[in-house]
Amino acid sequence: MDTYLYKRHSLPVRLMHWINVVALSVLFMSGLMIFNAHPSLDWGRQSYSGKGSVLSIGSHQGSNGQWIGTTKVGSHEFTTTGLLGVSIDSNGSVSRVAFPSWMTIPSTYSLADGRLWHFFFAWLLVLNGVLYLLHILRSRHLVRDLWPSGSDLWAIPRSIVDHLKFKHPQGDAAKHYNVLQKLAYLSVIFVLLPLIILAGWAMSPWLNSLWPGWVEVFGGRQSARTVHFVVAWLLVVFVFIHVFEVIISGVWNHLRSMITGNYRISAQAEKVGHE
Amino acid sequence: MSNPDLSRRRLMSATLAGMSTWLLAGCDRLNNSSWFPRILQSGETLSERVHKLIGRRAMAQEFTDADVSPRFRGNGNTDPEDPDYQAHVRAGFAEWALVVDGLVEHPRKFTLQELKSMPSRTQITRHDCVEGWSAIGKWTGVPLGQVLARARPTALARYVVFHCADAFPGSDASDEPTPYYESIDMDDAYHAQTILAYELNGELLPVTNGAPLRLRVERQLGYKHAKYIMRVELAQSLKDIGEGKGGYWEDSAGYQWYAGI
Repeated sequence: MDTYLYKRHSLPVRLMHWINVVALSVLFMSGLMIFNAHPSLDWGRQSYSGKGSVLSIGSHQGSNGQWIGTTKVGSHEFTTTGLLGVSIDSNGSVSRVAFPSWMTIPSTYSLADGRLWHFFFAWLLVLNGVLYLLHILRSRHLVRDLWPSGSDLWAIPRSIVDHLKFKHPQGDAAKHYNVLQKLAYLSVIFVLLPLIILAGWAMSPWLNSLWPGWVEVFGGRQSARTVHFVVAWLLVVFVFIHVFEVIISGVWNHLRSMITGNYRISAQAEKVGHE
Repeated sequence: MSNPDLSRRRLMSATLAGMSTWLLAGCDRLNNSSWFPRILQSGETLSERVHKLIGRRAMAQEFTDADVSPRFRGNGNTDPEDPDYQAHVRAGFAEWALVVDGLVEHPRKFTLQELKSMPSRTQITRHDCVEGWSAIGKWTGVPLGQVLARARPTALARYVVFHCADAFPGSDASDEPTPYYESIDMDDAYHAQTILAYELNGELLPVTNGAPLRLRVERQLGYKHAKYIMRVELAQSLKDIGEGKGGYWEDSAGYQWYAGI
């Protein structure tokens, strides 16, 4: 048989994947709304120590009365009119918000509503994540499919070259995650997501009090806020690479396998090699 | 179309573009519906329950003098316009007195001098605004529990409501300004770090930060820390306070009454 379907993703993994898609999208966009209430990031315990901000987004009026959006990273200031600081909202009018209305939930400024969305979907993400961890341990998905083997690690340089050439495994080799893929998934599951959740908790004054001083692991509450923001963008970078790889390595096959579970293995490439 | 892959690809791009616009508009529609925010609210309720369960009496982190903000940011109202309040400022609050009433056995007034002669607590704590910023200040004041012990709340009292001298303009120009108010439950009222502060960084509390008396309720966000307190009312329910959600921002902007997050 040249071409056949095999069960790639279990039902719990498929369900939890799509719950993550929804939860992370809403968390990111409502998070940008929350950021818009105080569009700057600081390092340390507080915002008014006298040190400059790590990042700040703002606006000012130019000599001709036009609003100019600015983004300051450290001591470097960039003009970001149209995207950051000043943008056009859904009604077509000039809006002086840090992140534009098409990136936030809700689209018009409401800190209270942004927080309401954020904290509901935060619970969804955390509960989904706990169930996922239990599932991958119990089903051995973690050990069997995600954890890199010794030979995987030796194949890292080769895998980097393959990725740069957009070369993807065919036939039976396509049944397994490649080593870069494994490392990417593991760093999201065990580094980025735990870090962003912990940094989120570090911003809650009540959770701060449970063990006074624990927030110092981030260097203080404002540092935790900065870490939370940076990790959110690292997750966006991961999602972009992930979606890009899905698209160039057979988007329909991947989508089907994450919906029905079935992934098509085509042995054509191997056959060509043998002839 | 002869190439099925190509047509599928076009269909998918169109679908994705359509979906993202539709999703964004959909989120706004959900946000403005009457039923969806009620579902979202369950997240807040769950957080409040869990927080109460795991940290009823936990103490907020305290800092050192070296951490104190050079200038403690004043937010919201920073100079109340009320003529009576302005007169108190001119008189150095000599004629000012805090009213404690509602569900108490001994309704009474406390002059600033009386409050200062009661046991005091000094704490260097971090003030976290709902907007995201933090400032650190050194507060001295009388524990709210000390004041309550003298007024003796009745068994029915479940909330402490703070009525303030500052006011926010109404939504219409014709509307009367709404005086600020906030409320906390009895757990927070008797918490060791809940104080009515009259000093900031060793000086008399400046008008910007709530002179002559402001609440410190350290495990919640800034808007709970009522400034310019004139009256403390013990109540059984928040229904009859303002529009019923327990605080000015809760009623006017949809902020949560429980502000521990």
